[in-house]
Amino acid sequence: MTLGGIDLIALTATLMVSSTPVLLAALGELVVEKSGVLNLGVEGMMIMGAIGGFAAAVMTGSPAVGFAAGALAGMGMALLFGVITQILLANQVATGLALTLFGLGLSALFGKGFEGIRPPQTARIDFGGLADLPVLGPILFSHDWVVYFSLFAVGAVGLFLSRSRAGLILRAVGENHDAAHALGYRVVAVRLAALAFGGAMAGLGGAYLSLVRVPQWTEGMTAGAGWIALAIVVFAGWRAGGVLLGAYLFGGVTALQLRLQAAEYAIPVQLLSMAPYLITIIVLVAISALHARGRQAAPAALGRSFHASR
Amino acid sequence: MIHLERRRAASRFWTLAVPVVAVLATMLAGAGLFAALGKPPAEALRMIFWDPLLGPNAEYFRGQLLVKAGPLILIACGLAVGFRAGIWNIGAEGQYIVGALSGAAVALALWPAESPLIFPTMVLAGALGGWAWAMIPAFLKTRFGTSEILVSLMLVYVAQNLLAYMAFGPMKNPQGFGFPGSRNLQQYPSAHNAELIAGSGLHWGVVAALLAVIGTHLLMSRHLLGFRIRVAGEAPRAARFAGVSPARLIRFCLGLSGALAGVAGMFEVAGPSGQITDSFNANYGFTAIIVAFLGRLNPWGILAAGLLMALTYIGGDLAQLMLGLPAAAIQAFQGMLLFFLLAFDLLTQYRIRWKGART
Repeated sequence: MTLGGIDLIALTATLMVSSTPVLLAALGELVVEKSGVLNLGVEGMMIMGAIGGFAAAVMTGSPAVGFAAGALAGMGMALLFGVITQILLANQVATGLALTLFGLGLSALFGKGFEGIRPPQTARIDFGGLADLPVLGPILFSHDWVVYFSLFAVGAVGLFLSRSRAGLILRAVGENHDAAHALGYRVVAVRLAALAFGGAMAGLGGAYLSLVRVPQWTEGMTAGAGWIALAIVVFAGWRAGGVLLGAYLFGGVTALQLRLQAAEYAIPVQLLSMAPYLITIIVLVAISALHARGRQAAPAALGRSFHASR
Repeated sequence: MIHLERRRAASRFWTLAVPVVAVLATMLAGAGLFAALGKPPAEALRMIFWDPLLGPNAEYFRGQLLVKAGPLILIACGLAVGFRAGIWNIGAEGQYIVGALSGAAVALALWPAESPLIFPTMVLAGALGGWAWAMIPAFLKTRFGTSEILVSLMLVYVAQNLLAYMAFGPMKNPQGFGFPGSRNLQQYPSAHNAELIAGSGLHWGVVAALLAVIGTHLLMSRHLLGFRIRVAGEAPRAARFAGVSPARLIRFCLGLSGALAGVAGMFEVAGPSGQITDSFNANYGFTAIIVAFLGRLNPWGILAAGLLMALTYIGGDLAQLMLGLPAAAIQAFQGMLLFFLLAFDLLTQYRIRWKGART
């Protein structure tokens, strides 16, 4: 099936791979924002995950170790953010920016000596005959475990937030931290836990970028993926299902844009490369225009510092 | 058990002391970072903070100091006004690029005509370009309520691609033997933003930075609009009751910071850099965010912070040359500075008490 020189089945299969980093990061940020914390440092956590995962995978030869290291690196960054905003009560917007700037610098520093190396290959899961099915085979049964994990995580995060007691407490903290505190919930502890999860997911997404998606390490390779993850959370109206839709929409535009570059249409490469960012802006505008008329979906305590006077 | 007690008013002492403490803490942590990289920490710190000012070849570096500080101060002055009002323009890097493109477009369109009017027109074009780029998030924020943080940031990536497109396409030098990049404006007298005093690094952009410091100081401390901006940031509800229009403030703050970033880009492309190339931008737009906070969002503080940050750029280059310190180390160093600043800022708003000592 081709359209305008573009193979639609291959496009859909690539879409799933190119969406996975932002999908993971956006799911993590969703949980963080549901707890009432706005962490603008997703980009910084992703890039630290990218270099942490890459370095660990190259040194041990095992992609699994790499993904674990990427998640840990992201989590470490998130906890740094957590200490400064939750315990030292700093402004979350400014601290998030600092996390991104710091992460970009530190990752470039660690990344010296890892440029131009190919990482160990992450194996695809073998589905036997299923992979040979027409249409469905290449789309559904030809990926590595991280793609399936990210889909599983969508369901898990969605159920956690809407159906579990812990998720209810997390949402209470995010909607009204004073009331949650009065009920005896430990606001700061809940938020730190949410941040740690968000950091691990962003780090995992970053590691997927450097180990599978590209696969290589280059300075500043996240190229705004972390910011797009933040935009996707807004687009999703703070719901897990919406995050999946948003991430795949974004991944689709990216994949299509790359295919168009390869198909040698007479459009300059640089103009095509703008597309994912422009689409993100357009989608954000559309969604905020809708929300302006309907209810505001953001958690009520989003971005506010919590300080218990007693 | 440590316990935090909110101060009734921000501590004046700590407002001034926090940046100093943060710089010292960053030096310590930086020394640790350099040692971990296997570089002599004391020597690296001396090269970054001392040698460019008072070391053996300081005459050369002192000129560079103004060249680097100029755009940082220009951009940070505009950003600080917005940050005071709680309006987060973090896309100054994009506005800087578009300002440079607009200024260069005027010069390249008029080449090789010579006229004293060309340079002022370029300044105007640079300001307009940056302003227009910043008005995109301002319009989307006021009309649809879209986050200015995300939109202004996304537009940085769009601007970077636009820059690359221009450098390889429409603005490419037709006599450049196929190399990407525009004509060099340094060789075009009417457009060249030359040094005003040879060897000092002082060019029109630095003069503009000083004017921006004085201008934003007057705005924030003497003008009703400055008062409204401060009220809107500190007590948004009170501001609304006082009849401050949030939409007007958003347009003003984003427009001002965009225009200042735009002229900064224009002065850079017409002067020190000379050319539109795909790597023309040097992250000034992001570093200026650190400068704005380090200067406590105060214009005079920003002047000092801009000079200090320029010093780390130059000293970083020197340490890179002499010690092989990676360029990224300085970027990490600057990020660390912002962390320490935000962390120690606790002391201006809160008192630290030992529980039980007093109630």
